[in-house]
Amino acid sequence: MKLKAIGAIAILLIVIGASCQSDDQIEFKRYYSAGSLVYQQHCQNCHGDKGQGLSSLIPPLTDSTYLKNNKAALACFIKNGLKGKITVAGRAFDDEMQADDIAPLEIAKVLTYVTNSFGNKMGTITLQQVQNDLKNCK
Amino acid sequence: MRNLWIGIIILTLFNACKSNTKTALPILGYKTPVTKTVNGKTVTDTEYATIPPFKFVNQYADTITEKSLDGKIYVADFFFTTCPSICPVMHRNMLKVYKEFKDDNNFRIISHTIDPKYDTVPVLKRYADKLGIAGNTWWLLHGEKGDTYKISKSYLQSVSEKNPKGEYIHDGFFILIDKQKRIRGTYEGTDPAEVTKLITDIKTLKAEPDQIAAK
Ligand code: HEC
Repeated sequence: MKLKAIGAIAILLIVIGASCQSDDQIEFKRYYSAGSLVYQQHCQNCHGDKGQGLSSLIPPLTDSTYLKNNKAALACFIKNGLKGKITVAGRAFDDEMQADDIAPLEIAKVLTYVTNSFGNKMGTITLQQVQNDLKNCK
Repeated sequence: MRNLWIGIIILTLFNACKSNTKTALPILGYKTPVTKTVNGKTVTDTEYATIPPFKFVNQYADTITEKSLDGKIYVADFFFTTCPSICPVMHRNMLKVYKEFKDDNNFRIISHTIDPKYDTVPVLKRYADKLGIAGNTWWLLHGEKGDTYKISKSYLQSVSEKNPKGEYIHDGFFILIDKQKRIRGTYEGTDPAEVTKLITDIKTLKAEPDQIAAK
């Protein structure tokens, strides 16, 4: 029911958007709204509904500088997991995020959502970008 | 005249709601009728299920038994430190309970690990430090797997061995226990609204006469 409503709103947004917005903006909205669902299912348990993280166990997703500096590696973080010492929002974290085997399109959507929520504003992360980034994972 | 009737109806409803909020917390768990002889007369009383004796070790390597919780109201849950699904949500919410009552020496939180092989005492200590909890309000308990699984049933919880995918299945409830070691509430630990209710209920429970009297 909720999904249906969200779907209906998304379609409405697209229809309204199509009439007066550029293709880029439409693409952004599509990625962003689908990405919020991926976030709820795959990330929210750990990173929180507001991207707040959990104490020193799980880093927040609110550090725009960190996300910008690591923009090309974010897709790899999700696909292959992330382990070891990192500094986010001025705090040290040293834990592990498990790899999540979701499709590249799904990664693009969720990253578009994350990097444009919680005070971040980085624009669309496209499927093409994600596919490129995944080729260069360390 | 019509307005008056509506007014009366609203007032009645309002009062009905008001008296509802006053009731004490229920006592949960299995009830058993017990027949006793009091002053030469046979009476049948109801005895509520209580948490049985136990022995575990906390994150400081201190032995914790049911006696450590004598005279204390406490909340229990089951988790493991590497849990990718509901545990981070549960403990994000449990932190609210911790912050609210951390200065009350007659209150405790106990979190049983269901993965004692990985969650050794040093691992639990590191988790506690990272979670930002200190002192003795919140104990992370390590014990024999069988003991933990057995006691989970007393809390009306179900935990089990890893499934074929290597995941542990466990309930995400917070269980409220009173000073008589009876179950007074179960709350969905992943739901912020339920956790707010838990905090309110702990305050209600603390104010019950037989909680104030209990040592
Ligand atoms: C099981 C918990 C868990 C889940 C689920 C999870 N993460 Fe993480 N995430 C972590 C941890 C822990 C770290 C820090 C790893 C380290 O210390 O090296 C992290 C780090 C990150 C980072 C880099 C640091 C930061 O905070 O900016 C990003 C970005 C990130 N996660 C995004 C995601 C996204 C997007 C998802 C969903 C697809 C997700 N995570 C799912 C636990 C999780």
